[in-house]
Amino acid sequence: MTKPGEFYQRDRAWHPPAHVPDYKTSVARSPRQALISLENTVSEITGPVFGHTDIGADDNDLIHNYAQTGQSAIGERILLHGRIFDENSRPLPNTLVEIWQANAGGRYRHKKDTYLAPIDPNFGGCGRTLTDDNGYYYFRTVKPGAYPWRNWVNSWRPAHIHMSIFGTAFAQRLITQLYFEGDPLIHKCPIVNTIPDPAAIDRLIAPLDMNAAIPFDCLAYRFDVVLRGRRSTLFENRLEGN
Amino acid sequence: MVQKLDYLKETPSQTAGPYVHIGLAPGAAGFDIYDQELGWDIAGPNAAGERIRVEGRVIDGTGSPVKDVLIEVWQANAAGIHAHPEHAGEVEDGFRGWGRVITDFETGEWGFDTVKPGPVPGRNGATQAPHLNLWIVARGINIGLNTRLYFSDESEANAADPVLNLIEWENRRATLVAVRGEREGKTLYRFDIHLQGPQETVFFDI
Repeated sequence: MTKPGEFYQRDRAWHPPAHVPDYKTSVARSPRQALISLENTVSEITGPVFGHTDIGADDNDLIHNYAQTGQSAIGERILLHGRIFDENSRPLPNTLVEIWQANAGGRYRHKKDTYLAPIDPNFGGCGRTLTDDNGYYYFRTVKPGAYPWRNWVNSWRPAHIHMSIFGTAFAQRLITQLYFEGDPLIHKCPIVNTIPDPAAIDRLIAPLDMNAAIPFDCLAYRFDVVLRGRRSTLFENRLEGN
Repeated sequence: MVQKLDYLKETPSQTAGPYVHIGLAPGAAGFDIYDQELGWDIAGPNAAGERIRVEGRVIDGTGSPVKDVLIEVWQANAAGIHAHPEHAGEVEDGFRGWGRVITDFETGEWGFDTVKPGPVPGRNGATQAPHLNLWIVARGINIGLNTRLYFSDESEANAADPVLNLIEWENRRATLVAVRGEREGKTLYRFDIHLQGPQETVFFDI
């Protein structure tokens, strides 16, 4: 039986560094010692597997998954969809994608969020799904609003949706945020700007996808995700003693 | 011109933010939405091996507990096997080996129940001491932090562990070793994670 291969090294210059002073919360929460570079072992190249019994059939419909019967969430209705690939361009089927977001007014349903914008009684703000055989996923939701946060005196987050993706191994685990094409707040945001390379920031901006918009129902945004890729062959420096 | 390499680039990371619970542990955010939340049961009812509890805090550079952390755990079972497709059927029914835990909003304490893993194969025929892989995300953490938890009662295996031995500074290796104790007759390991400072935990680039 073949063993799963190890991963290409992560491009740490492409990801945000730990310590970015303009994102103030990172200052006290960033390790200052160098990370120890670890060639993958079986503990890193394996990861949890999820199935359809883990989630509910409507978990990917945020317009309705917390709404009372016959009701729906308030806001601009959107389809958020895309595919999950690895760095070898292979689609990742059956991988768990989880999202969370503020409502259309920029308010989170969270006991720690005290922003004055109202809670939408019919909107929870989280969803999850498994990619299909082609690595494809979709969510129905409402476009989240911008909201203020404590960084500088008058800091506002651009509209965004948080996304957590598993892949096939613990080494691929990723959480990111997606933004919406045309939002003037994107490039003012110190969290967005933790990413040093403008080309990397562009990768987090979902374009309006009119081909997928549904007439008289919703607009659509497309967001593809790339997780780390594996070597296709095992190396001479054997991973396991077999 | 040489041929073009056609590898894609990984999607960049962003912080999980303060409201990570909404997505990954909505019950903690204060609402009930899913029929079942994922990750609360790491080992399941049928797993062999010693039942243990692990508790700790995540401490920031000011010495304060971080109260909005989410930690994910990945581990082998007591026989040293991960619940991964290549090992299908070789773990106990219900053993997933994966879990997620959040800190208490008031105290910053976290804790989870599992079974103690066995030693697992390492590279080049080596054996790794029993360990848990941990992945830590929170507001202010721009890319998830990878670390490992080893067990203080495995000092012989730890001394031979190829990963611990990669750490040049021997005094830093202890930051990865959870301290074994007991509470009400049950095994309890204590593991505080220091994001910064003289006791900064070793984090890995895996």
